[in-house]
Amino acid sequence: MRAVDINERSPWQDITEGNKIYEAATSRNFCTGEWRTSTPEFDREKCKQCLLCVPVCPDSSIPVKNGARDEFDYDHCKGCGICAKVCPFGAITMREGK
Amino acid sequence: MAIRERLSGNEAVAYAIKQINPDVMPAFPITPSTEIPQYVATYIANGEIDTEFIHVESEHSAMSATIGASAAGARALTATSSCGMALMWEELYVAASDRLPIVLALVNRALTGPININADHSDSMGARDTGWIQIYAESNQEVYDNFLQAYPIAENKDVHLPVMICQDGFITSHGVENILLVEDDKAKAFVGEYEPEHYLLNEKEKMAVGPYAVSNYYMETKRAQRQAMQNAKKVILDVAEKFESMTGRKYGFFEEYRMEDAEYAIVIIGSAAGTCKAAIEKIRKETGKKVGLLKIRVFRPFPEEEIAEALKGMKAIAIMDRSEMFAATSGPLGAEVRAALYQAKSEAEVVNYFYGLGGRDITVEDFEQVYANLEEMAKTHTVKDMYKYIGLRDKEEM
Repeated sequence: MRAVDINERSPWQDITEGNKIYEAATSRNFCTGEWRTSTPEFDREKCKQCLLCVPVCPDSSIPVKNGARDEFDYDHCKGCGICAKVCPFGAITMREGK
Repeated sequence: MAIRERLSGNEAVAYAIKQINPDVMPAFPITPSTEIPQYVATYIANGEIDTEFIHVESEHSAMSATIGASAAGARALTATSSCGMALMWEELYVAASDRLPIVLALVNRALTGPININADHSDSMGARDTGWIQIYAESNQEVYDNFLQAYPIAENKDVHLPVMICQDGFITSHGVENILLVEDDKAKAFVGEYEPEHYLLNEKEKMAVGPYAVSNYYMETKRAQRQAMQNAKKVILDVAEKFESMTGRKYGFFEEYRMEDAEYAIVIIGSAAGTCKAAIEKIRKETGKKVGLLKIRVFRPFPEEEIAEALKGMKAIAIMDRSEMFAATSGPLGAEVRAALYQAKSEAEVVNYFYGLGGRDITVEDFEQVYANLEEMAKTHTVKDMYKYIGLRDKEEM
């Protein structure tokens, strides 16, 4: 049984023995973004691509492509707001709610 | 031919460990189980086995390291007693819920306090809800035989649960008795090689053990764990049958001694069963009274229906507890056996005795008095005192 096939409707017979997981990187399947109560918004106009926000994100939810940051990974961003605090250019603002 | 020896219970368990040659043994010394890791360390130092012995700083670490080794794919075990097991409390649950086939050699000793080093069952009875299989012994022979059966039960794919092999501190662990040992090659073949399907050190399969389970998963996990405990009943009997065909020594969930025509029965766990058997022989020879014994070997899983069936038709039953649970009512064995009898609509008169706490002696004469009380209860259909003590100094009875 793969982790992705186990969900909140799975009967007890389909849960793996001792909850063991027989594959790697299954945290990707777990949408911690559902926990969010406030949401960062990214203003591309103001962003200078300094990338200070990337290493401080505790959930690796700021993807970088070709040396430039991309839109937030809202499936995993918990809305902690560290990125907004660290941004020197006011390019990230926190909005209440998901 | 079996090997004739004379060994203490601790030596017998250590000898079984030598024959099995497990992969990893983390252990911390505590009376009266200390000799077990000592003997194993000697075997290792002499080059007789290649078990990795881990010197840990506490029993909390001993069980943690055993869990780590088992999850990694090793056949792992440890030994302890009393407060040592109490310090493993948190990890006992982890071992069971992670479904690791660990074996624990437990030498039963009273829990502190007051501090005491002698035999009673408060340590293992305190751990009865941890999810471990518990198998108890009356004698050195039984604890040796039980130990050889432990891994085949634990490692069965329908079970995958840790097993506690219990013996009474000092009485069994340090008492030297004649014993029949299985030849090395036969013992090894019986226990077999451990080949886990999933394990952390398998480079071909990435794996995680013991993840967080939110409320949406916890209950299903516990239900699956219960199923493993239910499955263990059949596996315990299968392994016992295989053991019997190798040695001729028969084991089940319990031993029924002179129960075929018995009217008065004692239910007991552990070494005191031997004293009870002596009382039974004496009573039957002197008076012809039909007295018998049900000696529980497997307490977890609890063979509820089988116990009720074995006690069917008894006029009176005494359930003997070697530990308190401070319900201010029954001891643990008393509570569970009475529940089994209630479910089976038994009409027997039942009394629950506390005996042997902190190593207090129990004699043939004490058992004779218990049977006399059972006869009186059956005759009068009254139980004057539901919860009684053996050997207690009580002003009202002095």
